[in-house]
Amino acid sequence: MTNPVSPPHPGHQRYFFQKFGITERLLERCLGEALSAGGDYADLYFESVTSTALAVDEQIVKSASQGTSAGCGIRVLSGERTGYAYTDNLSPERLLRAARTAALIASGPARQPVQGFTEAPIADLYPVPLGGFDLDLAARLELLLRADRAARAFSPAVVHVQASYFEELRRILIAASDGAFASDTQPLCRLNAFVIAKEGAVTTKGTAGAGGRAGLEQFTGSKSPEHLAHEAARGAILQLGAVPAPAGEMPVVLGPGWPGILLHEAVGHGLEADFNRRKTSAFTGLIGQSVASSKVTVVDNGTMAGRRGSLNVDDEGSPTQETVLIENGILRGYLTDKLSARLMGSANTGSGRRESYQCIPMPRMTNTYMLAGEDDPEDILRSVKYGLYAVNFGGGSVDITTGKFVFSASEAYLIEDGKITAPVRDATLIGNGPEALKYVSMVGHDLKLDEGVGTCGKDGQSVPVGVGMPTVKLDKMTVGGTGR
Amino acid sequence: MPQAAVQPSETAVDLESLTAGVVALAMKAGASDAESVAREGDEFSVNVRMGEVETIKESGSRGLGLRVFLGNRSASTSTSDLTPDGIRQLVEGAMALAKVTEEDPFAGLPETAEFGSLAGDLHLYYEDVYSLSGAERIEWARRAEAAALAVDPRLTNSDGGSFDVSTGRKVLANSRGFLGGYRASFAGVSAAPVAMDEHGQRQRAGWSSSARSFALLESPEAVGQEAARRTLLRLGARRVPTQRVPIVFAREAANSLLGSIFEAASGNAIWRGASFLAGCLGKQIAAPSLRIVDDSTMLLPTGAGGFGTSPFDGEGLPSRRTTVVENGVLETYLLNTYSARKLGMKSTHNASRGLAGTPGIGCGNLYLEPGSLTPEEIIAAIPAGLYVTGLMGPGVNLVTGDYSRGAVGLWIENGQLTHAVEQVTVSGNLAEMLLNVTAIGNDLVFRGAVASPTLRIDGMTIAGS
Repeated sequence: MTNPVSPPHPGHQRYFFQKFGITERLLERCLGEALSAGGDYADLYFESVTSTALAVDEQIVKSASQGTSAGCGIRVLSGERTGYAYTDNLSPERLLRAARTAALIASGPARQPVQGFTEAPIADLYPVPLGGFDLDLAARLELLLRADRAARAFSPAVVHVQASYFEELRRILIAASDGAFASDTQPLCRLNAFVIAKEGAVTTKGTAGAGGRAGLEQFTGSKSPEHLAHEAARGAILQLGAVPAPAGEMPVVLGPGWPGILLHEAVGHGLEADFNRRKTSAFTGLIGQSVASSKVTVVDNGTMAGRRGSLNVDDEGSPTQETVLIENGILRGYLTDKLSARLMGSANTGSGRRESYQCIPMPRMTNTYMLAGEDDPEDILRSVKYGLYAVNFGGGSVDITTGKFVFSASEAYLIEDGKITAPVRDATLIGNGPEALKYVSMVGHDLKLDEGVGTCGKDGQSVPVGVGMPTVKLDKMTVGGTGR
Repeated sequence: MPQAAVQPSETAVDLESLTAGVVALAMKAGASDAESVAREGDEFSVNVRMGEVETIKESGSRGLGLRVFLGNRSASTSTSDLTPDGIRQLVEGAMALAKVTEEDPFAGLPETAEFGSLAGDLHLYYEDVYSLSGAERIEWARRAEAAALAVDPRLTNSDGGSFDVSTGRKVLANSRGFLGGYRASFAGVSAAPVAMDEHGQRQRAGWSSSARSFALLESPEAVGQEAARRTLLRLGARRVPTQRVPIVFAREAANSLLGSIFEAASGNAIWRGASFLAGCLGKQIAAPSLRIVDDSTMLLPTGAGGFGTSPFDGEGLPSRRTTVVENGVLETYLLNTYSARKLGMKSTHNASRGLAGTPGIGCGNLYLEPGSLTPEEIIAAIPAGLYVTGLMGPGVNLVTGDYSRGAVGLWIENGQLTHAVEQVTVSGNLAEMLLNVTAIGNDLVFRGAVASPTLRIDGMTIAGS
């Protein structure tokens, strides 16, 4: 979890200056136009993305696609109001027109933006290894072919294999009326394996994936194509013999890593400042109060090198940080962006993110995880007479206002007399955010972060995120099986 | 109040010439076949919260996509850069990518004789969506929220009211002679009030009205009042014990079941064997009372085109009406050209196409034929059960059919709706659930492209306290 700081990257901004003819003078003119009807603040968000997707299906390199898009979103803040306009044409006249459209949110005398920009030093969490257009496609295809071979070789029960790879290079440049200036180049990639297994009349699926803000060298060890293929195949084959999941309240042990999605749904979203500013979150007004057992400390950390949820700067140009959300069970803070920090009179946690230049930024998570405790994972399992051990999940969701959340187990087992027994079929777990973590009675020493596959959706905007957790025992949670 | 100006549309770009030109360039560069899609659109949205404007967003964008074939190899590219340089890169990129893919004997454009586009006006585009001034649009959002908050003093907070409009144009051209395009418009108004009861428990439910024409929108007052009614119904929600009782899916919840059936019957899931419906063609997959139709040609009773209506599909095949399930029997899979070839069948003209990638499979207006019972009659027949108004989470495994989702709703006791229910799951297996549909409501309404009447399903498990 290092946070190396290096000098600003002139290369990030040079890209926009050279490729699109953007100049500091033009940025100043656009900001001036954006504040021409008043307003407290304006910013410009330039984005250029190139992406590549490859897939091997039935042992054939069936599909390859590349896309490129560029645009600029212009925002004006006036009190609690946001005016927003974007353009995919970066000519001066279109930029100025978008600025004038965003300006309509305010009504007052024109304000002058600060003249001249200051670019603060930012971290270098992901030395950019991924190419834009000139990719070594053969090296990427080899990863897919290796995954395909490994999955098919795993078992004769594997009847279908699909391996896919996605990567993007996102360049951003942010200039604000307060003189803030930031630029970044953000790589992101992901390798996935999908397997169908069949035995008699029973058909099942398994998936596994890994990725992050790093180059192809990351796909070794637990992220190697072979390991991912084996995990996908193992998951599918396990399901062939799964019994119905139980139904009702029972002790639940969550394995380390990706089950940290519990934290993302149960507490993370409810602590995003926009919901709390509006007092529409189930966590509204709970700062300083107990929302979890004293064994629970949860942080959101955007500064972890190479991780999928990490960013040198957020999409408002603010540096990311490690933010303590829950400390020894006590709710400590919210995730804020510039608007919510200003309106709530709190510090900006660098959590302003957006899917693209077409979207208004809002407070979002980065990498959200629970710190390790002291329990031995074996002891945790041994302590359960009858319950569920869930180690992998498909996804989750939360109702921010009521705090009710779900997350759906895709690999889980019964625990009987302290031992892991039968694998169970898919089942959704459901709980209440401000209550669920109060039932955490044991926390393992085995903190693990996920393999880098998470995508979070909010108000129609998707952003990459990470989660993590040690092995955790909840004394009580509702398991939504059929109980047959 | 400032006037949010209607942005003049982009300099009129002839998307037909653009896509046809891209196809010609790709063919000149050596493609054996090519297909290009272009989209342009503009959007306006305003959100008002607690009576004050919170956000106003207004913009337009365009994009271009290309799919090329080198015999049985194919690749695709997309761009937002429509300059000659951007188009050159689009074509060169696609040609270079196609060379790294491998022969897939089933890949390729549809046959020339298959192409077509529905004649006549499908009523997808109405100019009136932009007829309101900026100030009037803000007022619509404000009215929706205000109407919701005025219903009951327990409605003390709000996620706001909104008003949205958008228009778009899509053009598809290919090297086998297809060239088609259409415009579509959309307007929507919504509200999402937050209620708090005497115990400090918050509840929120949203409601909206969408239409292709501004004139067809429900009033902001009607939308706000319905949002308020739905929010208040959730107050006092509690858990119920784990048990097996009949479940009644309200329309909004039943829609997602219909969506799952469509996905499970989609050719791409079928040829991979990744569906519980694989191999079920011609078999009884649902109760004999079920009839499911996918109709991309439909006009709504208002005269406007349906939300899933279009003149042609994502590959340029003319839209059509397909009976998917008849008397509970699976009559057809839903296919695009590729999945049809994989299965030795013909496309059902269900190709969907974004800017990037290969065509997927999508529904038009997908609906379940209504039955004869009112929702009240369905509920009245149940001694104890759950009326589900909302579902949460993924929780649907289309390969095994395993179904387990979070639910909110109202408890049914002696045929009456009693108290609100939350923090429970409803679970079963889709294959059994479809056979266990024991009542179908008469209340089919198209509020979106997928529409189901109220459904009763027996044999499912509620997990709760």
